[in-house]
Amino acid sequence: MGSAVNQAAFFEWLCRIGDNCLILGHRVSEWCGHSPVLEEDIALANQALDLIGQTQFWLGLAAEVEGKGRTADQLAYLRDAAAFRNVLLVERPNGDFGNTLMRQFLFDAWHIELLRALEKSSDARVAEIAAKAVKEVAYHLERSADLVIRLGDGTEESRARMQKALDTLYPYTGELFMADASDEAVVAAGIAPAPASLKAAWDATVSQVLAESTLTHPGETYQHKGGRKGVHSEHLGYILAEMQFLQRAYPGATW
Amino acid sequence: MQGGEERPGIAEIRGWLSEVPDPEIPVISLTDLGIIRDVAWQGETLVVTVTPTYSGCPATGVINLDIEKALRDRGITDLRLERQLSPPWTTDWITAEGREKLRAYGIAPPIDGTAADGRLAGRIARLSGTSNLTIACPRCGSTQTRKVSQFGSTPCKASYVCNDCLEPFDYFKCI
Repeated sequence: MGSAVNQAAFFEWLCRIGDNCLILGHRVSEWCGHSPVLEEDIALANQALDLIGQTQFWLGLAAEVEGKGRTADQLAYLRDAAAFRNVLLVERPNGDFGNTLMRQFLFDAWHIELLRALEKSSDARVAEIAAKAVKEVAYHLERSADLVIRLGDGTEESRARMQKALDTLYPYTGELFMADASDEAVVAAGIAPAPASLKAAWDATVSQVLAESTLTHPGETYQHKGGRKGVHSEHLGYILAEMQFLQRAYPGATW
Repeated sequence: MQGGEERPGIAEIRGWLSEVPDPEIPVISLTDLGIIRDVAWQGETLVVTVTPTYSGCPATGVINLDIEKALRDRGITDLRLERQLSPPWTTDWITAEGREKLRAYGIAPPIDGTAADGRLAGRIARLSGTSNLTIACPRCGSTQTRKVSQFGSTPCKASYVCNDCLEPFDYFKCI
């Protein structure tokens, strides 16, 4: 249980999962009012809402585990970029609609495997959040897979855009499966699965959907990394500048 | 309770909660929705346990305020709301009465056992442009309907349109 694990490692791990949801949720919410059609606008906004809701659970638990009196809001709004632990994939710019959907699909296919494994976590609080989130993420994955197939196996234009998105984003997926000492500590405590253990199922989903979409799998490519350790691309700073502005300029503001 | 009066029974309190409408879909109550997981006295304190529908549902905060207001209006001042995540809320808990109220309001109620499982089964059927579910139009009853989007006006609903009466409608999707 929680007491058996190094609390600093547990906190670090909770920030990783919480920050993935937070930064992707924020990215997806940037589409609100800008999508190609109304239905997609609503779908993206609802998905962002799910992710931000899950963030509240994960960062809420992170704050509890940390035990320094911070809240989920304080973790979200008052940390600097170097303290964020999300993977580089989720801070990638939205690009066009196809790029956004490809990023979502690559993430969802991983997210669902992680949550399924976490339902069996030795920490009851983690298992509860995972059991709640996995039902929402099942809808995310079905939607993003559908759209990757439709747009990949679509017009010449949509196919070209999806292939470009895949080639751009695939080199950011390797970080999802990397592990360091913090991961090893939570894995040893039975809290979480080893990141690498999710790779086979993720590969299978990605290969199946890409085959149906007629897109070409990029194969083994160079993989970027750093986000999980707090070494981010320049994009995260812009996200935080927008997301954190209000609480930084007007500390404690509520409405 | 103040004044040493007899405190109200659980059945009576549940009755009061069954009159509190869902803030997003006011035709159904919080008890119809199945989100009140427990009502119990712990000493002099009434503890109401509520489970959220979707993680990010913005109505959750409003629901808690509405519960508090409804109970305070009935004279219960010593009150605590607790959040319970597990077992996670499912549309299976929407009451039969709640489902009929949804239909009458123009929202197709959930069809149990059809929640997404993320295993991508049936994807081809969905891609053909028609739903793999038979969702009856809540207005004309036709089963010739098609899904427009997995996500509707709120996270809990999908957008459909009826091929016969041509009306768009919401389907309260299973989760």
